[in-house]
Amino acid sequence: MDSSIGVLMTYPMSDYLEQQLQKRFNLFKLWTHSSHSDFLKNNSNSIQALVGNTKIGADAELIDSLPKLEIVSSYSVGLDKIDLSKCQEKGIRVTNTPDVLTDDVADAAIGLVLAVTRRVCECDRFVRSGLWKKRDFGLGTKFSGKSVGIVGLGRIGSAIAKRAQAFDCLISYHSRSERPETNYKYYSSIIDLAANCHILIIACALTEKTHHIVNREVIDALGPKGILINIGRGPHIDEPELVSALLEGRLGGAGLDVFENEPEVPEHLLALENVVLLPHVGSDTVETSESMADLVINNLEAHFLKKPLLTPVI
Amino acid sequence: MSEEADHDHRPLVLMHRLPSFALPFRDRLHSHFRVLDPHASTTADETPQAFLSRHAASVRALITVGPSPVAVDLLDLLPSLQLVVGSSAGVDHIDVAECHRRGIAVTNAGNAFSEDVADYAVALLLDVLRRVSAGNRFVRSGLWPQKGEYPLGSKLGGKRVGIVGLGSIGSEVAKRLVGFSCRVAYNSRNKKPSAPYPYYDNVCDLAVNSDVLVVCCALTDKTHHIINKDVLTALGRDGVLINVGRGALVDEKELVQYLGRGEIGGAGFDVFEKEPEVPKELFAMDNVVLSPHRAVLTPESFEAVFEVIMANLKAFFSNKPLLSPVQHE
Repeated sequence: MDSSIGVLMTYPMSDYLEQQLQKRFNLFKLWTHSSHSDFLKNNSNSIQALVGNTKIGADAELIDSLPKLEIVSSYSVGLDKIDLSKCQEKGIRVTNTPDVLTDDVADAAIGLVLAVTRRVCECDRFVRSGLWKKRDFGLGTKFSGKSVGIVGLGRIGSAIAKRAQAFDCLISYHSRSERPETNYKYYSSIIDLAANCHILIIACALTEKTHHIVNREVIDALGPKGILINIGRGPHIDEPELVSALLEGRLGGAGLDVFENEPEVPEHLLALENVVLLPHVGSDTVETSESMADLVINNLEAHFLKKPLLTPVI
Repeated sequence: MSEEADHDHRPLVLMHRLPSFALPFRDRLHSHFRVLDPHASTTADETPQAFLSRHAASVRALITVGPSPVAVDLLDLLPSLQLVVGSSAGVDHIDVAECHRRGIAVTNAGNAFSEDVADYAVALLLDVLRRVSAGNRFVRSGLWPQKGEYPLGSKLGGKRVGIVGLGSIGSEVAKRLVGFSCRVAYNSRNKKPSAPYPYYDNVCDLAVNSDVLVVCCALTDKTHHIINKDVLTALGRDGVLINVGRGALVDEKELVQYLGRGEIGGAGFDVFEKEPEVPKELFAMDNVVLSPHRAVLTPESFEAVFEVIMANLKAFFSNKPLLSPVQHE
């Protein structure tokens, strides 16, 4: 690879990725510069590629300040932090890392379902605080055989369905359009889906249409025994509505890997026993972060060698 | 009460329990059986022991609740006993050999708990690998905004999972983990011709060839400390151990030391050797998940075990084959 090619990394997302980029390119690390404007003034003409993630991607301002930018290779599957229309307009290629993180996110979804239904984190806290010797712990709820509703039956949603089937769950789903190749029951309305399932899992992409797709009406349809799982994006759920439903007992429990204003988590949630809160780690495993990093690099190399991109979005 | 007319015809069943264990469906048993519960019948004049002695000669069947022991001393009190109905999957608290020697049949919970226990094994495994409980602690303690990134977990898919004991619980665990694209192998007393997974006739060989061991066999003299030093060494420093069987299947002292020295990757435990005592060293570890023997405890499995207990009692009193008899090994 031509090591004079300038690649800008926006955020410290993976040590492994950093090392691999360093070996192949002229790597700039945005977060090591206290003044982004000074940095861009001095280096913008050297940067031909950008590597971002779900924390800092490429907004219109950043794209406009990089006149030589040819490609944005995102270390993520979601592209909500990249201004895609801007990229399109300027002829900038965009790639993401689909598939490689599918299994991990689906595993995290099932992990959250089991943690909430079987109260595993609460159990662990109970034992660690020495309470077992003093009193009995209550009952959990069985997971196997429950009805599971999946919002968004893309790669991740389908992987969740496959896992839930191994627990003999009844699967139904809501998405933009029906997927006739599956045997799962389709609901064109998310409210109908929520009313007909015990566990609702949010696994769709974040777009203008899916912003707050889980609102008060959906939560009330899911009901006081229902469990809501979000491994998509925080803004899929109207968070204040979720908090008040949990506080008022209108929803049975929740497992959340994502939040509207990460890393801020609503104070009220921290005190609730029937929620499990994770710090956005749905795809965070050693194995998958390496696969994602390899895909980011392979896309960049393909682009600069004028070969077809592996996972192009634009 | 509608059953009052045939009150005396209801078969007599002794409820044998430690005072702290109660059957949640007692009232429903009453509609079919005359239930003797010494701990609920204590009065100022009569202790539970005296109450039991007064009725002992007529007891043909007893239900033992949870881990309440059935040993020689109890059997000696009950000369007419023919059936011991266990309410758990494992029967290590029942002297099965002595029962059989006296011609007393023993039944267990059958498959009533299998799905719940298998679910729990997967729950503990996902929790250990993906740091669910530890991540939840991290968020709740307000560390996320301060520290930013949380350490990476480990992927479940593709892991080699060794199941120790491929009975009804082990088979359910295997079925679930296949759904996560794990590579399943197992150890048990005998190779199961119908199981599509590789068989290892000794646990050490299984451990050498596994990233994860899930222990779900019955506790017997032969399986006591089946997970010992050698097995832990074979599992290795990235290995994960899950125990949903009985505490005494694992040499807990050794395990604590292996975890302390970082010679095993992590562990998830629903059972311990001296419950409710848990080794304090474990409380400070982020790579372990601890649970107070909860794997079977859901309303759904209570319902299922009630059905099994009823079916065994009804079969016994109408001279039909028992639903879930325990064979002596």
